[in-house]
Amino acid sequence: MRSGFDKQLTELNREMISMGSLCENAIAMSAKALLDGDTALAKKVSELSAQIERKERDIESMCLKLLLQQQPVAKDLRIISSALKMVTDMERIGHQSSDIAEIISLANISAGGDTRYIHDMALSVIKMVTDSIDAFVKKDAATAKSVILYDDVVDDYFDKIKLALIELFSKSGTDGEQTLDLLMIAKYFERIGDHAVNIAKWVLFSITGRHEETLA
Amino acid sequence: MSNIITSEDLCLWYSETQALKGISMEIPENSITALIGPSGCGKSTFLKTLNRMNDLVQGVKITGTVKYQGQDIFAPSVDVNLLRRDIGMVFQKPNPFPMSVYDNVAYGPRTHGIRSKARLDEIVEQSLRGAAIWDELKDRLKKSALGLSGGQQQRLCIARALAVGPKVLLMDEPTSALDPISTARIEELAEELKKQYTIVIVTHNMQQAVRISDKTAFFLLGELIEYDDTEKLFSMPQNKKTEDYITGRFG
Repeated sequence: MRSGFDKQLTELNREMISMGSLCENAIAMSAKALLDGDTALAKKVSELSAQIERKERDIESMCLKLLLQQQPVAKDLRIISSALKMVTDMERIGHQSSDIAEIISLANISAGGDTRYIHDMALSVIKMVTDSIDAFVKKDAATAKSVILYDDVVDDYFDKIKLALIELFSKSGTDGEQTLDLLMIAKYFERIGDHAVNIAKWVLFSITGRHEETLA
Repeated sequence: MSNIITSEDLCLWYSETQALKGISMEIPENSITALIGPSGCGKSTFLKTLNRMNDLVQGVKITGTVKYQGQDIFAPSVDVNLLRRDIGMVFQKPNPFPMSVYDNVAYGPRTHGIRSKARLDEIVEQSLRGAAIWDELKDRLKKSALGLSGGQQQRLCIARALAVGPKVLLMDEPTSALDPISTARIEELAEELKKQYTIVIVTHNMQQAVRISDKTAFFLLGELIEYDDTEKLFSMPQNKKTEDYITGRFG
């Protein structure tokens, strides 16, 4: 009886997955550009970010059309309104990945001694983004909650990187600008983690209808 | 907000067929309560029971209680005419009497013994104003009500219901025969009327329930499945049957 509507919702899921995977690529590429010192790769991230922005517009208009045509209620309404909010955070993830890439392409820096932490931090935020979108598509509250809790791991990486950079500063002959750039990069990764948390919270809302402020 | 109508374990049979199964529900005063559900779910039967319209159907058996302002409406001492003066009804199809606009509205008050021309004039104007149709009809009071448009006829019927000074208005799909503009007028009117009256409305239009009602009751196969604040029921229904119905998975 509502096969047309269900088809549209499936299509929405598909688009969300596609936007999510663009975000994962953007994060992974900016991390790889940093670790390899690859400025050419860094420049590609901004193209990806533009693509993510277009995807955001597409999904937004898709959601508005669904609201108009189907006048959804209950779970349908929660899913569509959550998707509308989630794409904003996903767009920020794309943008911040391209901010990281921009620092790399302008300053020609490499992570030096801190590659391990930055690498692990990038992998962690990629996992958070993947899991949050996965939770949305599978309507899996447990996974969404795990993303929110996993943010502590990312925050720990940020603290470790910060300490390592402070140590670096105390040594003579440290390039101050490069060190600050690295701190900015770590901060961007940390922010990406926060956006993944926001996404996961909207996923929980779409499933439970409640806003989870704290998960203690 | 206090409850003006309370039903407790209300069951109703049309001969052998059970149409209502243990309905317990409290209807708050000065609010709009919407009854939704697929055809044959019992929502109209429940509505009609509230002012004992079902008494007229042959073979009806009712158990359980309905209290209006704390008093059992089935008690032998209850005067059904007085009950229906307090709890008025507006039907799906506008049903003006084949007489003038004025006489339609004055009909009820006259049957309740009001004869004074001045008093009747006052009631007619007040009621037509209350139904947001005075400005349209004040120069046509002596014209036949049958010449009005569907939307005007329905508002005239609401004015007729208001003329006897009810406390509660029961509306059985009052806009299903009307165009979108007339529907919007009636909906606006309902919002205005709830300041003075309590409205219980049966509707097949779920968006209408969302737009105008404070509480919504979902009926299915004679049972009250879920009854909650409208916003809550339509955003986070507690029962899967409600979810399935309002999202169009059956019904």
